[in-house]
Amino acid sequence: MPGTADHATAEVSERIEVLRIREHFPGAIVEVNTFRGDTRITVAREMIVPILQLLRDDPDLQYNFFAECLGVDYLDPKTRTYILGKPHRFEVVYNLYSLKDARTGMGRNARIFIKVGVPEDDPVVPSVTGVYPGANWPEREIWDMFGIRFSGHPDLRRILMSDDWIGHPQRKDFPLGGERVQFPQGTYGPSVGEGIVAHPGESFFGKTASEFGEKD
Amino acid sequence: MAQERHIQTTAAMQAQGISLDPIDASTMVINMGPQHPSTHGVLRVVLELDGEIIVNATPHMGYVHTGIEKEGEYQTYLKAVTITDRMDYLAAHCNNLAYSLAVEKLFGVEPPPRGQYLRVLLAELQRIASHLVWLGTHALDIGAMTVFFYAFREREKIMDLNEMISGVRMMPSWIVPGGLRGDAPEGFFEACKEFLDDFPRRVDEYEVLIDQNPIWRERTQGIGIITAERCYALGVSGPTLRACGVPHDIRKAVPYSSYDQFEFEVPVGEFGDVYDRYRVRMAEMRQSREIARQAIERMPDGPINVPDRKIVPPPREELDHSMESLIHHFLLWTEGMRPPVGEAYVPTESPKGELGFYLVSNGSAYPWRMHERPPSFMNLQALADLCVGRLIADVVAIIGSIDIVLGEIDR
Repeated sequence: MPGTADHATAEVSERIEVLRIREHFPGAIVEVNTFRGDTRITVAREMIVPILQLLRDDPDLQYNFFAECLGVDYLDPKTRTYILGKPHRFEVVYNLYSLKDARTGMGRNARIFIKVGVPEDDPVVPSVTGVYPGANWPEREIWDMFGIRFSGHPDLRRILMSDDWIGHPQRKDFPLGGERVQFPQGTYGPSVGEGIVAHPGESFFGKTASEFGEKD
Repeated sequence: MAQERHIQTTAAMQAQGISLDPIDASTMVINMGPQHPSTHGVLRVVLELDGEIIVNATPHMGYVHTGIEKEGEYQTYLKAVTITDRMDYLAAHCNNLAYSLAVEKLFGVEPPPRGQYLRVLLAELQRIASHLVWLGTHALDIGAMTVFFYAFREREKIMDLNEMISGVRMMPSWIVPGGLRGDAPEGFFEACKEFLDDFPRRVDEYEVLIDQNPIWRERTQGIGIITAERCYALGVSGPTLRACGVPHDIRKAVPYSSYDQFEFEVPVGEFGDVYDRYRVRMAEMRQSREIARQAIERMPDGPINVPDRKIVPPPREELDHSMESLIHHFLLWTEGMRPPVGEAYVPTESPKGELGFYLVSNGSAYPWRMHERPPSFMNLQALADLCVGRLIADVVAIIGSIDIVLGEIDR
């Protein structure tokens, strides 16, 4: 439905979140995108903390509930280019919800997605844990899975992988299957595949590292 | 629920002679889990103790991390349904539903009424099953063993219903993008009705077993208190949030799958302690039974899947005489469905809290990014808040009361 998408974009620039951010932080909005009724605002990376603070504290916005944040890797590993014409390799998406509390009448029952682009050579985003303490673990997960660091995070450790894991598994150039078995202290054990080559779904060739002439 | 509640505040504990001031600067660090039966899976909590009082609690997880989100990027949209089952394995239908809604939002389609009602029926039965597992294990942690057997007796019947419709007990993958894999078999609604008619009596039984038990009350009332404001900031949702008195339920706030056509109440607590979370879930089981009953009574006739042949394969009998159907069938099973470029997130109310899948589509047959918003993961962030200042014996009660599933946390 290309026609409706254009129409919706025109409608969305009216949304109060966009107006407020533009009013307080002129030039911070990179892009506003609407798809199936959801609004996604891409903002400048260094402005993310004050923008989320505005969304939380402005009495007309009241984004009181931190739903989550997540990372997306737009690298096409075959061509080493970024898909969908993205200017940066990574994006961090903040999913905020204005929860309407029937007891106090606070909140608007609205949802907004705020995005920041993160370049590969400088993968650092200011941590929003000061605004929403709930961002603590999701940011740790993004660091673990995508290698995006969060400056100012109180406790930026790996959360799902083990502490001495090498690499960030959800990057698109990290293989699914076929990677060498990692052992503590960064050593590799017997391989079940042929080195670090992506071949999805086909991990077990029945070969070990010694058959390739690798020792230890 | 306006009853007397003995709230064990810090001041009250001090009045009883329990000092919260460190005796000396040294604390003891002990490890709980990952093979501890009351961590509901393989959760490891590092507890820093001053005597018996918890100074800090740090959860460590990832022991059952299986890369489900990464795996999803290598599956077609239909195949990825089966791995969503494995996230919250106690409420597989709810995961399938959340995932399917997100894919359908990418396409911009909605299943016909009968499909939506069937989904509601399955999701609510699954919610009862999930809450029953929670009740049994939570009570077992605190020392009430009999409830476990009673709760699993009823859960077994729901598993049988799952088997009846899908052939599988725990990992049905029955709700798929575009609708369901098939309609209810003959006698399914009667079997559901039989179970649902019997169910309120069973809930009464559980309550008789534990509700009036002074040990149960002593172990749960006034323990593990969290405020609504803290829940908002941490992203804590579901029964844990409602136990603080916030009547927030996604089924009411942002209705999906025609939940707006059902009459039900949102049970809330008052104090936000372990006992209130127990009360809320017990009341939710009764409400779920009510919704399921309404779904059976008002079950519309008609198709269950969207008519779009690019999403749902044509029925078998069409293949014999329609070349176009044959092509659609072949393409759908070899290449899969291709949603337009875009991103979609649909929040749903799973038994644990707000569950939604964030999908990024690049127009191919594979999701570019499949991310789950895991309610257990966000709820577990509150563990340190709930435990600090409490006694070590309260930790199992608190972990049980936030109802976590490690398959969903680690993914």
